[in-house]
Amino acid sequence: MSDLRDLYQQTILDHTKRPRNFHEVAGANYCAHGHNPLCGDKLTLYLKIENNVIRDAGFQGTGCAISTASASMMTEAIKGKTTGEIEPLFEGFHSMVTAPVNVEPGEAKLEFLGKLAVFSGVREFPMRVKCATLAWHTLMAALKDGHGAVSTE
Amino acid sequence: MNRPVIENSASAAAAPRRSPPSANSVFDMSLLRRDFPILQTQVRGKPLVYLDNAATSQKPNAVIAAITRYYSHQNANIHRGVYKLSAEATTAYENAREKIARFIDAPAAEEIVFVRGCTEGINLVAHSWGLGNLRAGDEILLSGMEHHSNIVPWQLAAERTGAKIIPVPFKQNGELDMGRLAELLSSRTRIVAITHISNALGTINPIQQITAMAHEHGALVLVDAAQSVPHMAISAKRIGCDFMAFSGHKMFGPTGIGAVWARKSLWDAMPPYQSGGDMIRTVTFEKSTWNQVPHKFEAGTPDICGAIALGAAVDYLTAVGMENIESAEQDLLAYAQQKLLSIDGLSIVGTAAQKAAVVSFTMKGIHPHDIGTIVDEEGVAIRTGHHCCQPVMDFYGIPATARASLAFYNTREDIDRLAAALEKVKEVFA
Repeated sequence: MSDLRDLYQQTILDHTKRPRNFHEVAGANYCAHGHNPLCGDKLTLYLKIENNVIRDAGFQGTGCAISTASASMMTEAIKGKTTGEIEPLFEGFHSMVTAPVNVEPGEAKLEFLGKLAVFSGVREFPMRVKCATLAWHTLMAALKDGHGAVSTE
Repeated sequence: MNRPVIENSASAAAAPRRSPPSANSVFDMSLLRRDFPILQTQVRGKPLVYLDNAATSQKPNAVIAAITRYYSHQNANIHRGVYKLSAEATTAYENAREKIARFIDAPAAEEIVFVRGCTEGINLVAHSWGLGNLRAGDEILLSGMEHHSNIVPWQLAAERTGAKIIPVPFKQNGELDMGRLAELLSSRTRIVAITHISNALGTINPIQQITAMAHEHGALVLVDAAQSVPHMAISAKRIGCDFMAFSGHKMFGPTGIGAVWARKSLWDAMPPYQSGGDMIRTVTFEKSTWNQVPHKFEAGTPDICGAIALGAAVDYLTAVGMENIESAEQDLLAYAQQKLLSIDGLSIVGTAAQKAAVVSFTMKGIHPHDIGTIVDEEGVAIRTGHHCCQPVMDFYGIPATARASLAFYNTREDIDRLAAALEKVKEVFA
């Protein structure tokens, strides 16, 4: 069960059961829909951005434990960040969950990702990478084209 | 949310279609596990429990040996060479066709066309028969529980011909709404394309009755038999349908081979689906003429080895006996449903009275993908997702289900291992 505990860490389960920012955002000016056709996960991401700073973020939708927790923790992580800080965060998260199992993520990277580092166990479950990254792909799509739909396919 | 919930285990035992076999015969069936090398292997350090037979089945030694034998001793191209090896390969390939015809009780072996699988079989019919016969205003009736492979080929044919797709709804328990079918059938109906057994719900559709109803309106019937041919005795003659397609890999044969059956009169009237070598009689740069059925529909070098190995799978199934397989699986189904329903928060999706050994289920508050990942850790392989049946998921208002689909080589111990793994799922999410 050691691998499973890496995947379903208490923090992740907590966010699955009580997702944070699980609502529309009043005055949102950026929005995108994410859909993983393989498993049917769907989420809509709402962002309120002022002067290149993410003032508020929220999401709605349905998904598995990993995708729900990822969206929940992502919205917490990006609040207060500038839009310029998002891409490095996306890259850091994406490379952490897709890294080869035999390569441990460096301390610096885990520190950079903060709480998001709990998702490092996902790399042992390649079939679940798309669950963890759906919210992040949706975020990138929202920033690039505030009203486009996004798919991980 | 429309979730069917079985209230108690008495109705859950879903009335076996025939009385379950004696304890002895169940024991005998489980001995057949020894014929399947993969069932002796371990996954994640635990003996494999394989419960994804509706996706693909495992292969007995007889099939694996047929593949080795073919490439070691028989390999040559067929229908071409004058030399002995080619003649022997041709005979083995054509013998396989005859075995398959007998297995589904088809009127003639020449009516069996080898394809890559059920999907290609349906594409062949939708393309060749469909484009040649469908006209604007014609109607294609599909059941609401079809696999995408029996929806999308018809949509493409409809787009090109102006024909219309009419879905026939099913009821909350997963049974086809026969009353609505009767209302939807009309002189506009040209074909009813329907699955014999739903891969997502396990429902066994009354295809003999459906065929009779369709024929009264002059419509043809295509039966997607991918889930039925491996699990019950099938008679194309008795069903009376016009087309039947199925896959080799779901019936303990190799991937990449399958068959479609149709009456010779239909085959003769249909234009080729693909063209090239072996399907022609004469070729000039002005015009070509077609070989006879079935060769007209088998352009190029086919999967000769696959067909021969599928013949070996048919021999194996025949020796075991389809009636034995069916009753053993019904016994396992009753046990599985009872066992799974004893798990708090678990609901079975698809509770038709006539049901094959497919158990789709959901667990309260837990996404099927999380279920699949956690039971895999226990060495239990089940399918999670929409099972290529998105309209079925939409009907129940759920994104996905977890699905255990059984074969005769599964045992009550396999079901117990699944149930124990599902308890682990609950622990993780407790």
